Amino acid sequence: MKLLLAKAHIPNIRSYEVWKANGGYASVEKALKMTTDEIVEEVKKSGLRGRGGAGFPTGMKWSFIAKPEGVPRHLVVNADESEPGTFKDRYLMEFLPHLFIEGIIISSYALGSNTSYIYIRGEYAWIPDILNAAIAEAKAAGYLGKNILGTGFDLEIHVHRGAGAYICGEETALIESIEGKRGNPRIKPPFPAVQGLWMRPTVVNNVESIAAVSPIIEMGGEAYSKIGVGKSTGTKLISACGNINKPGVYEIDMTISVEEFIYSDAYCGGIANGKRLKACIPGGSSVPILPANLLLKTAKGEPRMMNYESLSDGGFQTGTMMGSGGFIVLDEDQCIVRHTMSLAHFYMHESCGQCSPCREGTGWMYRILKNIEYGKGKMKDIDLLWDVQRRIEGNTICPLGDAAAWPVAAAIRHFRDEFEWHVTHPEEAQVRNFGLAHYADERTVVAP
Amino acid sequence: MNIQFTAEKLLEVKDIIARYPDGKQKSALIPVLHLAQQEFGGWLDVPVMDYVASLLQLKPIEVYEVATFYSMFNMKPVGKYVLEVCQTGPCMICGSDRIIEHIQQKLGIKPGETTADGLFTLKPAECLGACGYAPMMQLGKHFKEHLTIEKVDAILDELRAAAQS
Repeated sequence: MKLLLAKAHIPNIRSYEVWKANGGYASVEKALKMTTDEIVEEVKKSGLRGRGGAGFPTGMKWSFIAKPEGVPRHLVVNADESEPGTFKDRYLMEFLPHLFIEGIIISSYALGSNTSYIYIRGEYAWIPDILNAAIAEAKAAGYLGKNILGTGFDLEIHVHRGAGAYICGEETALIESIEGKRGNPRIKPPFPAVQGLWMRPTVVNNVESIAAVSPIIEMGGEAYSKIGVGKSTGTKLISACGNINKPGVYEIDMTISVEEFIYSDAYCGGIANGKRLKACIPGGSSVPILPANLLLKTAKGEPRMMNYESLSDGGFQTGTMMGSGGFIVLDEDQCIVRHTMSLAHFYMHESCGQCSPCREGTGWMYRILKNIEYGKGKMKDIDLLWDVQRRIEGNTICPLGDAAAWPVAAAIRHFRDEFEWHVTHPEEAQVRNFGLAHYADERTVVAP
Repeated sequence: MNIQFTAEKLLEVKDIIARYPDGKQKSALIPVLHLAQQEFGGWLDVPVMDYVASLLQLKPIEVYEVATFYSMFNMKPVGKYVLEVCQTGPCMICGSDRIIEHIQQKLGIKPGETTADGLFTLKPAECLGACGYAPMMQLGKHFKEHLTIEKVDAILDELRAAAQS
C-alpha cells in the first residue's frame, strides 16, 4: 500500500505541472472548503502518530494549540532529520516536494498559521533550492500567498537552514535555533502549543507527518485509520540501511513482519554478501538494538511485526521501538562494542551541554567503550558503563539523554558476552570480531 | 580581507531578514552566518562574526555563542575543499573507517588537519542522513555517496585538477 510514495515513480514528478496533472493539489482544494475544526477532526480520526520518532498522535497535538486573540500562530516543520539511520524525510523533500507543500498548506490552514517555517538540517544544503522552487510554483498557481483560492486564507512558507546540530530535532531546541540562538532545549511547560516560536503558539511536526495529512484529507481520516493494524494506522516510511542488499526508503502499511521486511526482495532483499543477520536497530540509533533472535520473534515466540505495538512488545527487556523508522541492519561480521562506541561518540558530540548527566555521562560512556573496544577494558567497566547510562536516563531536560543511554543499555543487556570477551581477550579482539555467536539461535520462549 | 558583503549579497541578507517578523532579525543569524562563511574564506574569523553582529544589530557575543555551537561553522581556517566523511554507526558498518584511513594516508593528514598546499581538510562528521548510501561524505553543497577507495581517489584527482585550472 503506497500513499506517500504512490507517485514517486512518475518522471519529473518534482515539477508542478507533472504533479498537478497527476491529481496534485486536490487535497488542498478539498481542505480549503472544510472548516479548520473539520480538518483537525479528520486527522484525529486517522490515528496518525507523529513520524519523527515519539509517535504522539498528531491530531491531539494540533488540538492543544492555544488561540489567544490577536497573537499569530505558527506551524514549524521539523526537517532536521539527524537520527542515525534515518533518511526518509530527505527522500520526501527531494523527490516529492509538492506532496510536502500540500501537507503544509492544509496543516497551516487547520492551525491558523499564516507564516510557516521548514527547519531543515544545514547539511541538506541542496534541498532548500528544490523546496523554494516548489514553493514558487505553488505560489504562481495560487496555492500560496494572499487569499488562497479566494478563501481569505494567507500563507507564506519559509525555508530555514540549520547548521549542524542533532539536538535541534528536539522541538524546543529547534524553536531556539530559529530564534537565532544555540539549540538548547527549553524546560516544559510551557509547551510550544502555548508559547513556542517567539513565545507564540506553535506546532512542530515532522516532515512525514505533514506529508501524510494530504492523503488523509483526500481519502478521509476513517479510511486512513483502516490501513494498518491497531494503533499503527496508515503507512510508515522506513529508511533501511546497513548490511542489506537493497538499502533505501520503503513505504509499508505496518502489517508485514520484520522477517519479510528484511528478506523479501520487495524490501531489503536479504543480508548483503550472503552473510547472516546478527542484530538490528529498527527505529533510528536511539532505540534499543536487538539480536537476530529477538528481532524476528518476540519473547512469547510470536513473529515480530513492523508496527509500533509489536516492535515494542516486551518493553526494553526484550523489545525495542518503531522510533523514526531508521532501520539499521548489522551482519555477522559487525562488532557490537565498536558500533555502540560509534553511537556513543555521536551522542557525546551532539549533547548540547546544558544538563550535567548528559554532558558528562555521554563522554564517560564513549571513553569506557573506547577502552573496552581497544583492549584496555576491565570487567568492572561493563558495570560502570551500565551505571552511567542508568544515571543519565530520565535525568535531563530533553530526551537526548535517554536517546544516548538506551543504545548502550540494550547493547549490554543483549550482548554482554561480547563485551566480556573483549575484556578477557584484549589482543584477539583487535584482530577479529566476536561474530554471530549465539545471537541468531532459537530462543527459549519466555512464558508471559 | 575587506569584510563587507557585496551589494548583491546585502540584498540577500535583507531578503533573509524579511522572512521573520519585525524586530526578530536575530532569527536571520544562522542563515547569514552560512552566507558569511561562504563569502569570507570558508570560516568565521572574529572580525567576520563582528561584521555579522553589526548587520543584524546584535551583540558580538550573541554571534560567537551561536557560531561555536553548530558544527557546520568552522572556527579556524580550512582548505579549499573540506572532506566531511561520515563516521557514525550506519556508515561505520559499511566501511567508513577504511575511507577515512585511506584519505589520511593519501593526503598525509589527520582528522581535523589541512594539507600543506591548503587544498584539502579532512573533517570526520557525524550522521549526515545518507545512511542508505553509505559510506559517504559531504563535499560543499552536495553529498558523494557509495564511496569506495577508487571513487575517493577519483574525487581527489578531480578536485586537484579543478584547483589547478
